Amino acid sequence: MNYFIKICSCLLALLISSSALAELPSAAQQPLLQELTTVKLSKTLPVLHQLEASEGADMLPLFKTLLGGNLYFVKEDGRLLGKYKAQGATLYADLFTGEKLADLTKKQVKKIKVNNRLRGYLGEAIARIQLSNKDSDVRAEAVRSLFSDLDANTIELIRTARLDEQSRSVQEVMDVALALYRADNSDDATERLQAVKDLQGSLEPSVRNQLTKLAENDPSRSVRKAAQKGVDKIAKQAEKYSFVNQLFFGLSLGSVLLLAAIGLAITFGVMGVINMAHGEMIMLGAYTTYVVQLLLPEMIEYSLWIAVPAAFIVSGTVGILIERLVIRHLHGRPLETLLATFGISLILQQLVRTVFSPLNRQVATPDWMSGSIEINPLLSLTLNRLYIVAFALLVFMILLIVLKKTSLGLNVRAVSQNRDMAKAMGIRTDRVDAMTFGLGSGIAGIAGVALSQLTNVGPNLGQAYIIDSFMVVVFGGVGNLWGTLVAAFTLGIANKFIEPVTGAVLASILVLVFIILFIQKRPKGLFPQKGRAAE
Amino acid sequence: MSGFMSKFMSFSRINGDSKVAPFVVLLLTVTVLASACNLLLPSDSIFYVSTYTITLLGKYLCYAMLALAVDVIWGYCGILSLGHGAFFALGGYAMGMYLMRQIGDRGVYGNPDLPDFMVFLNWSEMPWFWHGMDQFWIAMLMVLLVPGLLAFVFGWLAFRSRVTGVYLSIMTQALTYALLLAFFRNEMGFGGNNGLTDFKDILGFDLQADSTRVSLFIITALLLCGLLILSKKIMQTRFGKVIIAVRDGESRARFIGYKTENYKVWLFVYSAMIAGIAGALYVPQVGIINPGEFSPINSIEMVIWVAVGGRGTLIGAIIGAILVNYAKTKFTAIMPDGWLFALGAMFVLVTLYLPKGLMGLFAQLQEQLKEKQQQSKNQSGNDSPNEKAEEGHA
Repeated sequence: MNYFIKICSCLLALLISSSALAELPSAAQQPLLQELTTVKLSKTLPVLHQLEASEGADMLPLFKTLLGGNLYFVKEDGRLLGKYKAQGATLYADLFTGEKLADLTKKQVKKIKVNNRLRGYLGEAIARIQLSNKDSDVRAEAVRSLFSDLDANTIELIRTARLDEQSRSVQEVMDVALALYRADNSDDATERLQAVKDLQGSLEPSVRNQLTKLAENDPSRSVRKAAQKGVDKIAKQAEKYSFVNQLFFGLSLGSVLLLAAIGLAITFGVMGVINMAHGEMIMLGAYTTYVVQLLLPEMIEYSLWIAVPAAFIVSGTVGILIERLVIRHLHGRPLETLLATFGISLILQQLVRTVFSPLNRQVATPDWMSGSIEINPLLSLTLNRLYIVAFALLVFMILLIVLKKTSLGLNVRAVSQNRDMAKAMGIRTDRVDAMTFGLGSGIAGIAGVALSQLTNVGPNLGQAYIIDSFMVVVFGGVGNLWGTLVAAFTLGIANKFIEPVTGAVLASILVLVFIILFIQKRPKGLFPQKGRAAE
Repeated sequence: MSGFMSKFMSFSRINGDSKVAPFVVLLLTVTVLASACNLLLPSDSIFYVSTYTITLLGKYLCYAMLALAVDVIWGYCGILSLGHGAFFALGGYAMGMYLMRQIGDRGVYGNPDLPDFMVFLNWSEMPWFWHGMDQFWIAMLMVLLVPGLLAFVFGWLAFRSRVTGVYLSIMTQALTYALLLAFFRNEMGFGGNNGLTDFKDILGFDLQADSTRVSLFIITALLLCGLLILSKKIMQTRFGKVIIAVRDGESRARFIGYKTENYKVWLFVYSAMIAGIAGALYVPQVGIINPGEFSPINSIEMVIWVAVGGRGTLIGAIIGAILVNYAKTKFTAIMPDGWLFALGAMFVLVTLYLPKGLMGLFAQLQEQLKEKQQQSKNQSGNDSPNEKAEEGHA
């Protein structure tokens, strides 16, 4: 049932998106389309036949809309419309251009009727059109969408298409469809048994349902046994993939934590002060993304490439300002610094609230980041999370190179190891402090760009991360970037694995308690600094 | 009256240069006057103090007590706790549970055994920790024990492994954050998101009655004075001297042979208990306790009260708490958006320019005044000393 709903929603989404992207009908099709609006219900079928023959692929949105009973036309000029619902209101859009026609009333439009005979034809026609699509993914998806209602006609269709099919993966899906049909409908027990064996190894949810059904109800004992074996195998696979899925979610949370914490790790490691406004640097980065998209509305696709350096500069500048104006004067008084930066965080939050309103802002996700990679029916990885894991690692590597290979990095490391000695060697520690603070804040800004793709952007965005980031820094050991990396991923993964057992809130409580206890045992973190640098 | 005053003055002499005695007298005078003006005067008199004001003053005094708790640990021992809101809220919850049990069958659902929210959650019986909370003395014991125990366990773990400075601050913040998350859960059995409210009476007295409100206010004032004097006394004992030594040089104090972690733990427990008492007095006056009291920002606001007043002075903490909260009441009424700006600016400006708070400023002005007076005496110049004095006051 769930799967069915999913398919429906997918179809609907497809319908809306495809209707927006459909090509305009050719001159040859125009009279046919006009005929569709005038012809009687009983005479519609031949028109549809002709339409399919004319240039099938373009007619896909038409067929789908008609099948869903959502095809309308304007009484005046016969323009074809698709009906859809958005936020509870019924809206009409031009079927081919996707133009939304908000001011149309119910009286101005007329529905094109559809009956069961037409529906049967339309379903097959849609499958036919999709099965001859150039893109193999579309073909495989078309076969999959037929899984739930296989009958003699569709099977015939698939069987014919199977003969010409070149793509290996589509062939496999087609074989599954054929086997499913045989397992369900064949009277011969040996044929059913063979079909069940063919179905082994497929992870499709419909296969699982079919096998479960057979394992319980099939008259033949050997078929029942084979089906049960198949079900068990799928269950085992499902367990494995849900583990992988959790791992992936953990990695994704870990990379978010890494991005949020790494800037804090630098400033805390070098200057020994906690920047409570660090979360607000993240928030500023997220709002920078929002502003970039607001200023360049036609460049959403590239907005993130502009937002990353912009956020780095914005947050970095604010960071340097904070260091110059406040933190510098509180040198050697870490607790006071903590309080002052907390005050700054309050001011920044309220500033954002005043400028952008307290409501959450929606940041658009570019097309190349939305969607997911489907590895198999049980496991699909969402692209935005995948990119953020990669991005976090990239930022980490760059930071590592900056600290190891540049003179700024050398200075930063020297000051963090022994401030007085570094000063004696001629390093301008106050300048290093400012640069470090700018660098750490800038990276927080970049984290904000990444977070804007995962959550809503609001004035409280940063607050949620300050305690978590600090936990990561403390857990990993101060002044150690690798420690931060390990700690971020450990905490992220641990959180996601405890979550299904205890619920999200209890999971974060448990992690907090764990860290509190961990600090008792190892006050200097997982990877403490050794030697003279330690004091 | 004069005998009374002289007694206090002698007390003050024992305390050396502390201003505790005059402050206590001032505080009690204001309390008595405000209470009398509420109870004895007709409501149309210009000197009438409304019950709303009395409740507000009572609330400020609870905050002042909380600030005292923070000052004891931060001002005298250098431990910046960003989690004192947790102890405050725990004390408040203990009191809230007692008040909840007093409602009896007068709740919305009219269940004589279960508080409303449990009926709402379809619970058939009370969780174990709700038993006995209908006894006032058990509830009061819990007000002291629960925050004290939490402080003991946390402090014992933290101080023994020598977690100090900003680490400790953030750990305390994480502590109150974890409790915030926990208390938001309905399963915890503390009313979840809505907390405990709808209280009817305390020890048989109607909570809405003027006399009860005034009594609570007076009790708060008396306890505040008592705790202020007690804290001052503690700081003058040997124990207090070691605490100050720990603040100024923990390693040295340890090498001399003091088990510094023990001193810190006991002071932490003492401070947490004060916070618990403040919470317990706060709840009946405000009429509600919910998990919002655990939120880290509340705890950090307490620190700024102390910072504004001047830490390590006790009286400063009380003055700071009252002033900042008065400003908050005024500010949020006039321009609600402005308050966070003001609070944020206060954090920055006080840490930058007033490291010793208002008390420090006051002392500094006094010092300058004295110097100038001396100078003018020595010079006997043209400037009249009165003018200088006025400048000093400005």
